[in-house]
Amino acid sequence: MTGTTSGSRLDLPRYARTDAGLRTPLGYDDYRSTGLRAPLRTPVDLPHRLTEVTGPLLGEDRVTATDADLTKRLGGEAQGQRIIVHGRVLDSDGRPVPDTLVEVWQANAAGRYRHVVDNWPAPLDPHFDGLGRVMTDDQGRYEFTTIRPGAYPWGNHHNAWRPAHIHFSLFGRAFTQRLVTQMYFPDDPLFFQDPIFNAIPEGARHLAISRFDYERTVPDWALGFQWDIVLRGAEQTPFETEDDGDVA
Amino acid sequence: MTQLQTTPSATVGPYLAIGLTWEGGEFAVPADTPGAIWLRGTVFDGNGDPVPDAMVETWQADPDGRFDHPDDPRGAARYPGFTGFGRSHTDSGEYAVCTLKPGRVPDGEGGLQAPHVDVSLFARGLLDRVVTRIYFADEAEANAQDVVLRGLTEEQRRTLVAEPTDDGYRLDIHLQGERETVFFAV
Ligand SMILES: [Fe+3]
Repeated sequence: MTGTTSGSRLDLPRYARTDAGLRTPLGYDDYRSTGLRAPLRTPVDLPHRLTEVTGPLLGEDRVTATDADLTKRLGGEAQGQRIIVHGRVLDSDGRPVPDTLVEVWQANAAGRYRHVVDNWPAPLDPHFDGLGRVMTDDQGRYEFTTIRPGAYPWGNHHNAWRPAHIHFSLFGRAFTQRLVTQMYFPDDPLFFQDPIFNAIPEGARHLAISRFDYERTVPDWALGFQWDIVLRGAEQTPFETEDDGDVA
Repeated sequence: MTQLQTTPSATVGPYLAIGLTWEGGEFAVPADTPGAIWLRGTVFDGNGDPVPDAMVETWQADPDGRFDHPDDPRGAARYPGFTGFGRSHTDSGEYAVCTLKPGRVPDGEGGLQAPHVDVSLFARGLLDRVVTRIYFADEAEANAQDVVLRGLTEEQRRTLVAEPTDDGYRLDIHLQGERETVFFAV
């Protein structure tokens, strides 16, 4: 993917755009907080130049060995169903995205976040802070151990409950690949009434749901769930003859 | 080659601070670096109220206009102490990133872009990030030649240009309203 300099023109990787019909829209009426926040004007197209095809390559210095196990924090063991969440970070060309930072955060087993704004009457767990960080390996694989988060109520509509989910943040290797998303669990009965899940176009919803992974389930220890994450891939410019091969 | 479908985005929600807080995240350079500046601004919603639970991330070239990245075809260049990346929570509605003013960057068409910072903004109520840029008011000549700014109206340009302050520059971000910031599709 390394480009070349030819005269003053730069040959850069370009990142493919996901069809609008398969991307989560910025605003969604049923999710009330979008009303005053989602921009109303059409965004201006920004062709990919140097600033967009590069990005922070955050390294191991952001991660410590204990960051991959959310069940052992604050001097004790978290309450709840222990799970292993693993998968690969790929780009849309199917190539692994190695050495990239994955940040996760979640509610505890009772559905409560360790956050000042979350004060619904579910117990805090003294041994759970809900924060994890891992780097993908050279095959783009990640894995962390945590507890299955609980569902939690919120004020969006009458009797509104968020399906259980884990928040994910990924960088990839370019500004264009930055992704913040949420991982769900299979067959959650709360999907039907959740506007954050249903804002995802129907044809893409399955990509937000992890798969129960019996293979990765550890006897007498933890259930396994697998979730692959796909970032935008480099748009491949076919090789052309010398004189018309320049793209910028 | 088989194309895989990309994973759909979701909002960071109200509890982003749990997972996305770093010690010193707002420092793209240490504060005592010669030439260090603060980029500051308030994020406003459609009512004109500050947004206290957003996160602003900045990505930019170093003062020589270079990126420490293998996909920069000029070769990766490292500027001492500088990461190019800043992350700031808007606890009071205001973001603040300590950085160096970027240099000009080739626009790929034989010209130079004006000094600029790419911005991603995440918040509860945004189902995906929004992307904008920060330019600098004291770069009038470079701004006039900039390939991105040239494509905008004068009114749109104004929403992207930060004004000098005592310790750096200031640019407010308006998610909606009469002064809605220009956001980019990347
Ligand atoms: Fe959540």
